[in-house]
Amino acid sequence: MKEPAHRQFLFLSRQAGNEKSLADYAGICTLGGHRRMNRTVRQAFVETIPVMTGYLALGFGFGIMLKASGYPVWLAMVMSMVIYAGALQYIAVGLLSGGASLLTVGLTTFLVNARHVFYGISMLDKFKITGKRTPYLIFALTDETYSLLCRETPDIPLTERKNYYFCICLFDHCYWIAGSVLGAVTGSLVPFNSQGIDFVLTALFITIFIEQWRSTTQHAPAIIGLVVTAICLALFGSESFLIASMGMILLLLCLYREEVPHG
Amino acid sequence: MVDSHTAYAIAIMALGTALLRFLPFIIFKGKGSTPPLVEKLGRMLPCAVIAMLVVYCLKDMHFTTTAGYLPALMAGLLVALLHVWKKNTLLSVISGTVVYMLLIQFVF
Repeated sequence: MKEPAHRQFLFLSRQAGNEKSLADYAGICTLGGHRRMNRTVRQAFVETIPVMTGYLALGFGFGIMLKASGYPVWLAMVMSMVIYAGALQYIAVGLLSGGASLLTVGLTTFLVNARHVFYGISMLDKFKITGKRTPYLIFALTDETYSLLCRETPDIPLTERKNYYFCICLFDHCYWIAGSVLGAVTGSLVPFNSQGIDFVLTALFITIFIEQWRSTTQHAPAIIGLVVTAICLALFGSESFLIASMGMILLLLCLYREEVPHG
Repeated sequence: MVDSHTAYAIAIMALGTALLRFLPFIIFKGKGSTPPLVEKLGRMLPCAVIAMLVVYCLKDMHFTTTAGYLPALMAGLLVALLHVWKKNTLLSVISGTVVYMLLIQFVF
């Protein structure tokens, strides 16, 4: 599409009799557009490198676990493509192989992923400018992608942001799929005692927790989350503490008054 | 083995997850501004929920035997210390997991 427009422009500029300046101008425009686009893609890639390492490792663990439960490699790929939620997919391995009822599956999905509702809330403004890419951006809004999209990006022009967000989402999704497939393939080639591999998830949440802690001066929400969940776990036991914890956290955060930064 | 039950379960997880992610955009579509309370929750909830999930991952720890808590505690501390020190997600996650697997498979 660029070529004809460019030629047309040249043709028009010839007619106008000032070929050089206008043609140069057209050339700069096209080149500038390409460069800008490449820069956006590159910048998005660099930003996603930490997630790449995490997702390859986490996806790998999921693939191995799924394979160890007797499922085929392609199922790892399909699950990572259509569900695309780390914690839930780990839990899903146990649910599927244990033959859990569809109701249990639905409730677990709701509980484990309810936090995504709030990721969406903080993206409402950012996604106002993303046009037809928005549905995919929303679909791909995982914990890690969310943490990348939360960052302020003053150096990226407003017109390029939708591409930047899209690249981040797409790259992360690909890492996750690649990691799960690699894990499942490895699991079917190498006999492997995978007991304890689910610690990948614990480790990942600990690293996200530390990164979030560093990124803000307001630590009350994190502390509320830790303390409330620990108390609910002690009170209600490991089967049913999650609903109680979420209710309490929601209530306390609603009542909590934010510290307003000075100046 | 992949039967129809597995397929339905995966469909429910996929649709349920997508529904949760789309929900705020459906609810607040077309509204000029989001309510301040919702915005406040949007800022504070992610930190609280990740904290909740850390505890959730450690929910099966028990203190009746050393094997019930020591491997997770040691590996968890390793992850935290490594991450504070090196700030490298891959390094922290892989070291912690390998140490945890070695501990529960060979030590405890």
